[in-house]
Amino acid sequence: MIDFTLSEEHRELRGSVERFAREVVAPVIGDLYERGEFPYEIVAQMGKMGLFGLPFPEEYGGMGGDYFALCLALEELARVDSSVAITLEAGVSLGAMPIYRFGSPEQRRRWLPALCSGERLAAFGLTEPGGGSDVPGGMRTTARLEDGHWVINGSKSFITNSGTDITAFTTVTALTGEKEISTILVPNGTPGFTVGRKYSKVGWSASDTRELSLHDVRVPEENLVGERGRGYAQFLRILDEGRIAIAALSVGLAQGCVDECLRYVREREAFGRAIGEYQAIQFKVADMEVRAHTARLAYYAAAARMLAGEPFKKEAAIAKLVASNAAMDNARDATQIFGGYGFMNEYAVGRFYRDAKILEVGEGTSEVQRMLIARSLGLSSH
Amino acid sequence: MNIVVCVKQVPDTESPRKLKSDDNTLDRAAADGVINELDEYAIEEALLLKEAHGGEVTVLTMGPDKATDSIRKALAMGADKAVHLVDDALAGSDALGTSYAIQQVLGRTGFDLVILGAESTDARTGMLAAMLAERLGVPQLSLANKVEIDGSSITVQRITDYGYDKVEASLPAVVSVVEKINEPRYPSFKGIMAAKKKPVEKLGVADAGIDADKVGLAGAATEVVDFADAPPREKGQIVTDEGDGGAKIAEFLASKKFV
Ligand SMILES: Cc1cc2nc3c(=O)[nH]c(=O)nc-3n(C[C@H](O)[C@H](O)[C@H](O)COP(=O)(O)OP(=O)(O)OC[C@H]3O[C@@H](n4cnc5c(N)ncnc54)[C@H](O)[C@@H]3O)c2cc1C
Repeated sequence: MIDFTLSEEHRELRGSVERFAREVVAPVIGDLYERGEFPYEIVAQMGKMGLFGLPFPEEYGGMGGDYFALCLALEELARVDSSVAITLEAGVSLGAMPIYRFGSPEQRRRWLPALCSGERLAAFGLTEPGGGSDVPGGMRTTARLEDGHWVINGSKSFITNSGTDITAFTTVTALTGEKEISTILVPNGTPGFTVGRKYSKVGWSASDTRELSLHDVRVPEENLVGERGRGYAQFLRILDEGRIAIAALSVGLAQGCVDECLRYVREREAFGRAIGEYQAIQFKVADMEVRAHTARLAYYAAAARMLAGEPFKKEAAIAKLVASNAAMDNARDATQIFGGYGFMNEYAVGRFYRDAKILEVGEGTSEVQRMLIARSLGLSSH
Repeated sequence: MNIVVCVKQVPDTESPRKLKSDDNTLDRAAADGVINELDEYAIEEALLLKEAHGGEVTVLTMGPDKATDSIRKALAMGADKAVHLVDDALAGSDALGTSYAIQQVLGRTGFDLVILGAESTDARTGMLAAMLAERLGVPQLSLANKVEIDGSSITVQRITDYGYDKVEASLPAVVSVVEKINEPRYPSFKGIMAAKKKPVEKLGVADAGIDADKVGLAGAATEVVDFADAPPREKGQIVTDEGDGGAKIAEFLASKKFV
């Protein structure tokens, strides 16, 4: 009845990505991170491996896998680096997924093959300067129909993958009427659509995050994604799934901390012994492993429900909450174990430390996860 | 074109490797099995040739049951089918016996081109390609870092100490490859799933028409008489340059007979 044994295919995929991360990502990511450069070559190779097409059917150039396969790939990538992992997560579950789930057959045919192959990326433009947790309350972006075109005005904040050389479009959520939210596909290069400069970020430095502004942007009426007025329901669905993916990514970071520490504590000596022989250090590493393990179980459980077609909102929120805490706690402990070296950018744990914080914020803050969990328990707010 | 790639499963070089004390053969159960590194380049080259010229890629593996993992990986990379030669009678075969056994299997599968890694990371004899070509009576093109096929002629760049030789032959032929030849692909999920449905023919010694006396430990022409752990690496010598650094390095090289 309870079975989290991976299928052979999932196990092999995980092995394949694990090796890719170790052989291709690990040797170069430190430099890219330090220079804040987007990892184009790594992304191209991930595309060739089919990672961007993992959960999509073969008819659109996908791999015919499932969302759990994507999660496994994210976990293995994040064990080595989170910028690369979030580029995949945002590209697939935020960028391509809305088109696959809600797009017209024409939109799917037109966009999905290039997205699945990793040749192009797409972004998800939901958050605005006025607020990310309370999306409807903070939304100022508007779109109105004018002779067969949507005319869009507004701005978006913190949009991942929106300004790379290979970004195809952003799906923009906008008010299309009184309390009516819709999603509209806006290709890069559309007049009036300005992709701002890269933010200077605390972490995820090799990933692309930008502010977008839309000034009388005109796109054809058929760029509406799904039904008019369904924007709210659509992004809730996308974010629920995305939380499982972010949980998987968080587990990867938490596990990466354990990996790094296991190596280091055997080599580093203090007071005449390898520091790994001190129980204080051993307990820390044990606690880190516990956090990674329990968080992994939480995201497996949420993914299992999602794939079985059962409601999974609460489980996804729990997984995201537990896993982002695990990532944050493990990053703190790992840098502590590394001592002064933990504070140096050339060590992976320093990067993990900087990358962990956003996991408690992006795709719903920890407070938002608690709100969702409380609501699912029947506790209503005001 | 009918391309056969010989793929060997070897103990992971990352994990400690041991010989068994009872018969001085490699303890294959003790270490994780992986595809011999150079064989991944052989598989990739076969796939590239197939993509350019059409045809079919068959993986040929001689090894214990456990070698199935490596076969599946080769199929996940894109090979079309596999032949797995597996029999207790084969355990302990040396290069001579192995080349004989593989020759017998190739007699069944047929081939236009056989591709192998130039050596395996476990035994490192690097002799199999030559022995196989000799047994099959076809040209051997060794240590290739580039392969080109034009109709029934094959040209390779063969790496040497001084650069490379250009070697040409006509098919059928045996090619051994080195790691500079390409960048092996990582299996995609689609490839991994497709691999499950690809045919893997399992053959025993008798099925392949192999004379059991010529293979295995008993049939081996070579014998490992003794073995010892590799000595730990010695500490390097650090030369501090006090104006005579060049001379000291020359002295050192001369003492090791490098110059
Ligand atoms: C690197 C990065 C990448 C991102 N990528 C994307 C992207 O691709 N697409 C996209 O649309 N967005 C993206 N975001 C935005 C992200 O999802 C939001 O930052 C996040 O949802 C929080 O929204 P906010 O920043 O507006 O914070 P606010 O909503 O202003 O929250 C501020 C604080 O108040 C708390 N809070 C809010 N409401 C309550 C309440 N009712 N009770 C208790 N506490 C509350 C929050 O938990 C938080 O601690 C990204 C952000 C970053 C930093």
